[in-house]
Amino acid sequence: MEWEMVVGLEIHAELNTETKAFCACKNAFGDEPNTHVCPTCMGMPGALPVLNKQAVIDTVLVGLSLGCTINERSYFERKNYFYPDLAKGYQITQMNSPICTGGGIHLSNGRFIRFNRIQLEEDAGKLIHGDVTKIDFNRCGVPLIEMVTEPDLRSVSEITEFLNTLKQTIMYTGVCNCRMERGELRFDVNLSIREKGASEYGARVEMKNLNSFKNVGLAVAYEYNRQVNILESGKCVDSETRGWNDSLGETFAMRDKEDVSDYRYFRDPDLPDIIIKPADIESIRRLLPEPISAKLSRYAAIGLDDSVCRQIASDKYIAEYFDTTLKNYYDPREVANWILKDVLKIYDGSQDLPSIISSESLASIIRMVAEGRLTRANGRVLFEEVVATHEDPEKLIKKLGIAGLVEESEIVSAISELMKLAPNVVDDYKLNPEKVINYAIGYVMQKTRGRARAEKIKEIIEEVFV
Amino acid sequence: MNLANLTAIEIAESIRAKKLKCVDITEYYLSQIKKYKDKNAVLEVFDDAMACAQKIDDRVASGEHLGKLIGVPILIKDNIMYNGHISSSASKILEHYVAPYTATALDRLLQEGVVVLGRTNMDEFAMGGSCENSAYGPCKNAHDDKYVSGGSSGGSAVAVALDMCAFALGSDTGGSIRQPSSYNGVVGLKPTYGRVSRYGLTAYADSLDTLGAITKNVADNALVLSIMAGKDTRDMTSSPIKVDDYLHSIENTIKGKKIAIIKEVQELVDKTDYAHVYQNIIDFCQEHGAFVTKCSIPEYKSILPTYYTLAMAEASSNLSRIDGIRYGDRGRDSDTVNDIYTSTRTELFGNEVKRRIMLGNFVLSSTHYNSYYQKAKKVTTFMQNKFAEVFDFCDLIFMPTSFGEAFEIGSKTSDPVSMYIEDMFTVTANILGVPAISIPVGKGSHGLPIGLQILSKHFAESEIYNMANFIMSRGE
Repeated sequence: MEWEMVVGLEIHAELNTETKAFCACKNAFGDEPNTHVCPTCMGMPGALPVLNKQAVIDTVLVGLSLGCTINERSYFERKNYFYPDLAKGYQITQMNSPICTGGGIHLSNGRFIRFNRIQLEEDAGKLIHGDVTKIDFNRCGVPLIEMVTEPDLRSVSEITEFLNTLKQTIMYTGVCNCRMERGELRFDVNLSIREKGASEYGARVEMKNLNSFKNVGLAVAYEYNRQVNILESGKCVDSETRGWNDSLGETFAMRDKEDVSDYRYFRDPDLPDIIIKPADIESIRRLLPEPISAKLSRYAAIGLDDSVCRQIASDKYIAEYFDTTLKNYYDPREVANWILKDVLKIYDGSQDLPSIISSESLASIIRMVAEGRLTRANGRVLFEEVVATHEDPEKLIKKLGIAGLVEESEIVSAISELMKLAPNVVDDYKLNPEKVINYAIGYVMQKTRGRARAEKIKEIIEEVFV
Repeated sequence: MNLANLTAIEIAESIRAKKLKCVDITEYYLSQIKKYKDKNAVLEVFDDAMACAQKIDDRVASGEHLGKLIGVPILIKDNIMYNGHISSSASKILEHYVAPYTATALDRLLQEGVVVLGRTNMDEFAMGGSCENSAYGPCKNAHDDKYVSGGSSGGSAVAVALDMCAFALGSDTGGSIRQPSSYNGVVGLKPTYGRVSRYGLTAYADSLDTLGAITKNVADNALVLSIMAGKDTRDMTSSPIKVDDYLHSIENTIKGKKIAIIKEVQELVDKTDYAHVYQNIIDFCQEHGAFVTKCSIPEYKSILPTYYTLAMAEASSNLSRIDGIRYGDRGRDSDTVNDIYTSTRTELFGNEVKRRIMLGNFVLSSTHYNSYYQKAKKVTTFMQNKFAEVFDFCDLIFMPTSFGEAFEIGSKTSDPVSMYIEDMFTVTANILGVPAISIPVGKGSHGLPIGLQILSKHFAESEIYNMANFIMSRGE
């Protein structure tokens, strides 16, 4: 019998707003526990939630970039349950009336994966287990968006492509940094198995809190095989919630359907309806960055190769940096080349690109090389010096004494010197020209403190050594 | 200067004119609190009360800007946050809970110079109408120890009636300001929902909770509300509508005012032996140029179960935060977190609180949501529309505050439903979200006070104050 998996995803993304969703506490990761707390996020008696507008705007931004309908009226509900990291005994979330509905992502195989909804809610605190269990409430109340798909996914490769595209889209809106190691993106997977071509769904298993694309893929593959085995042995799959054991590479039963909690949802009386008028949507739409597809065609039009376009357009910050550098010095190929080869060598994803080297400084180094004031090699030397000192390239170029190019005669005399020192170079050149040229270039560069162009050196060697 | 029975306005004027020292009036009230200790109206006199009074006197001496309530000593209900002071909601579970911030409404009063003497007794977490549900014993009626003070703001009403403070703060979710005001013969107003910030008021039922004052007369109440009212950025349900100058909207006429009486309420009143008290008031108003009309709301009786369904649902969620984890007292030591929840909430919540939490969870449970909670929401909308029609042709609605005078302590404790029925008339204003006052208008057969309730449209507190003041100014 042939089986197929039916998968729906719930993806939680932490918004990077300045403050929490319902109070003025800072939304920060990794600080001293319980330093960003107040009566509201600690659930003290009498404290009330005040909605952070930016969190709503951010949710709309994600909704717009995924083609969702933005509902003019939506509201918050309380999901009631007890857990030590949940200060109020309920989570403020959206159930019946989310901010965004519909939308979806096109996959390269032509299939369209629909979203059911995107809702705004608050995160819980964090339990820190040791001899005793401690609670850090810094994360309690941080805004989360929950994106729920329809059960449209049919394979691990579809899931992987879907998640990659989703991550890229969210990062592009700039509302979430999607650092999975910090839990900024988390996944719940709903999976069932059915006979290929069947229209009914099988018993649904939910897998909670997967924290990386890899684990989603592994858990889905494992669970698919597990369920196929059960069905093929003539048994039934239980509807249950399962966890993922990373070290064993297995899923395990967490709780079955019998003890499903009743969350007693009801509208939160402390929070008025969220009203988003069509005019509001339009002004939020204007905040949306240029879509990746538009960027790709813009870069192709200014003469960048396909792979270069992709590398630059894939990261919002790289693209921004490229665009501003280009404004300072317009040579797309050169600028792209410098950014991809030199700047990204230093970039680890956590710094701001302009803090490595400002786009003005980078542009002026590229200009110096293009105008012949610097050799390419000295351009790199200058680049490294600017990165290290953050000083003005114009000043540094004087300090380093690498400005300008030497006369051709100086290259010639350096090569003669080399021939005296190592008389066999000419013979070697005939056997292995490339090796000798490189060696000679290195020698001349050293003698001229880099103020010679490699092509020129090569040209001269080719004349002299023949 | 005779210190007995001064109003807040008189105290502030005398202090401003340097005819009265804040420490003297504070001392007087503290001696009154001591004198009536057995009433059990005040749970705690704050240590810093005299020091605060002294500071006020220093400010008066230095000629600083003096607020509208300079030097006025007040008491606050035990569910209102006052930074650095215990706020226990008359519960065991929060017996030692020290508020880490001050409620917005109280903060605005402090800006105008009030001195907070202490906190008053109440039904635990404001759940009750007799003050018998306090974990610290019932508060007794100001006029007779055998009778209840009413509730939940019983301590505040008794304290005002017995001159233990200039005025007191209360909260009103289903009548908790008005009913005890009625039982003790003082003035209590529940403002329009959203008129006064709820920030710093321990939530019972968020969609119905209001914070207001219990005072000796109408003018004090008007002045205090004008200070507490207004938009608060910490409470999204607080209204940005401009606050009226309530004190100066009190005129000496009610000519042309249109008063409505609900037929279904009147039928209940007619069966009692105090019906004449209300009839006299209506006659008096008509004599002074007001029009009185009767209108019918056949479904009136469904307001009460609607109220209890909504209030308990919200309460069950609101009290979840009190779990013994982050603050408050904890029950018997336990190994697992679930056992901590269970021991804390089982041992330290009172019976009425537990009853309402359980009923609230029941009406919100997925199997019963539609037939209870959802239905109650629909009835609420229905009633709001019905009453909107009444307010289309009238300014005010009159009805009793409760079924006559206070009842005897212990007479209803074994029958919660008979206790709930007490709230029949007061819950109307909470379900509608409109303001309502209770003013003393006569005595019942045991010689205890009974109150008249006056309701108006949303944000029409001025109309209420004007009418209430006119009625209270009449000679007997």
